[in-house]
Amino acid sequence: MSASLVDIRNVSHRFGQQAVLKNVSLTIEPGSYTILLGPSGSGKTTLLSILGGFVTPSEGKVFIRGEDCTSVPPAKRPTTTVFQDYALFPHMSVGSNVGFGLRMQGVDGATRTAKAREALALVGLAAAFDKKPHQLSGGQRQRVALARALVIEPAVLLLDEPLGALDLKLRRQMQDELKAIQKRVGTAFVHVTHDQEEAMALAGHCVVMNDGRIEDEGAPELVYARPATRFSATFMGESTILSGTVTEAKDGSVTIATPAGAISLPGSAAAGAKVALAVRPEHLVLGEAEGHVSLGAAKVSDVVFQGSFKRVLATSAFDPALQFIAKAPASATVRPGDTVAVSCKAADIILLAN
Amino acid sequence: MRAIVRTAAWLYAIAIYGFIFLPVIVLVLFSLQATSFPIPPFTGPSLRWYQAVLSDTRLTSALVNSLLVAILSSAASVTLGFLSAWGFARFTLPGSALLRGLITLPLTVSYLIIGMGLLVLFNWAGVPKSLLAAGIGHVVINLPLCFAVIYSQMGDHQINIERAARDLGAPEWKLLLLITVPVMAPAIFAGFFLSMTFSWDEFVISFLLTRFDTTLPVEIWNLLRSGLNPKTNAVGSLVFAVSIVLVVFFELTLLRRKPA
Repeated sequence: MSASLVDIRNVSHRFGQQAVLKNVSLTIEPGSYTILLGPSGSGKTTLLSILGGFVTPSEGKVFIRGEDCTSVPPAKRPTTTVFQDYALFPHMSVGSNVGFGLRMQGVDGATRTAKAREALALVGLAAAFDKKPHQLSGGQRQRVALARALVIEPAVLLLDEPLGALDLKLRRQMQDELKAIQKRVGTAFVHVTHDQEEAMALAGHCVVMNDGRIEDEGAPELVYARPATRFSATFMGESTILSGTVTEAKDGSVTIATPAGAISLPGSAAAGAKVALAVRPEHLVLGEAEGHVSLGAAKVSDVVFQGSFKRVLATSAFDPALQFIAKAPASATVRPGDTVAVSCKAADIILLAN
Repeated sequence: MRAIVRTAAWLYAIAIYGFIFLPVIVLVLFSLQATSFPIPPFTGPSLRWYQAVLSDTRLTSALVNSLLVAILSSAASVTLGFLSAWGFARFTLPGSALLRGLITLPLTVSYLIIGMGLLVLFNWAGVPKSLLAAGIGHVVINLPLCFAVIYSQMGDHQINIERAARDLGAPEWKLLLLITVPVMAPAIFAGFFLSMTFSWDEFVISFLLTRFDTTLPVEIWNLLRSGLNPKTNAVGSLVFAVSIVLVVFFELTLLRRKPA
């Protein structure tokens, strides 16, 4: 039908009484790096298991390369999974681990060894061929798992929180390597994580999931700049959220009554509808500015110095429930207890359906 | 005061170990007796009774029978025990807890009851008394043991290893042969050697279920009926030595578990 590599259509899944996926549809393009981002319990890992064939969905279909793979077992589908705990075979050498998939395909020993060495070289572990998994560090085991999954040239490589067990520094380093490896091999990667920084750094296509649904998807820049829902505005980076009611809507412009006053901005919504407005921290301006929308005065509750900037939390003078999160320059002299005017450009306000 | 407590503790320890090992020591010592009665004074050492044992074809063939029954019944027990442990650990079965309880139940039933039950059953089914019948009896007592040992070592951390193997294209039988069995090897060997030990020493079931060809413990029983004799001591010492070797193998395989 289409040129999509993977086509997930209206997939729902229940574990007993609990619905973990609710009518999810997603397409994955060849050579893409897709991130499934969401909190625990959002259904992202279940979706990955359905892609890998470990779980058969209660409803819906999964097409891979145009073929219906919904109930094809893992062994027979063109996907391989890199497990969170790596799942290396402890009794086999690293070389045999990497060559296992080829062995199952009936590839002869010499070719197997050559290909396994090649795959290990790709992940920078050529020297580990004869070692046992327990002789390697966490990061190295991770790479072996990657090589083992890549050597059989899957159409889609599935990664289940692959960096979750590594410490922060190693995680950032592996992140860069994963991206480089994906570029080199050109295989489509689908990577599950709850770390939004990891998502922004790696994703070509970012899929934000919550409560069994896809909340938002697209290039990470786009998801960040124009989140589709309140959830994705707060999960993918931080936002100040103003709840309000549409009082007037005409000619592509709406006026919304919020706790910080009436705000007019371009957009469309039905009058009387409950909506939410989101503003990214870097777009909030502390102090009056020409041509900006005023969001009223706020009392600074906390200032956190973060090196290149200061993260400022302030409570609105109009409504104590309204919390502003702003990013001020490192040189800003703002202190907790100060009262400041808060404003932003109308164009930087994101209108969200509530 | 402290010296008295220390001395008492030592005496206590010596008494306990003496109580446990003195019979064995006496048995082994008098197997080396040079004269015809295994009673003090000790007249050895001499290997004449060991020579007598090894030239007695009834005893040597019983020894071979015992080894055969032990090896084959243990192999069957460990295979069946492993497969059932894997099934219970990896698949959700209806009434799983109940079935698991049932499979380990024979551990609590006395060998005499199991032996009599099998005797009645085999009689009814027309299976003649034989080494095969005794071997089946040993599988009945050792399968629950192998199951319990292997099931206890089958953790969740191996689930992803098996998933990974399936994911890479392994059919179930290759998965079992190339992944699960090697990963579980310590528990499997432990189950095997433990079964060997029990089968090797087992008397009641073998006594009830064999007739002409029989196992070593039964043959020793026959020998004992004609009175004490250093020859019985010698063959007893041999049985003991083999048991020790098996137990050492069991300990080694269970304790020498590789870090994951």
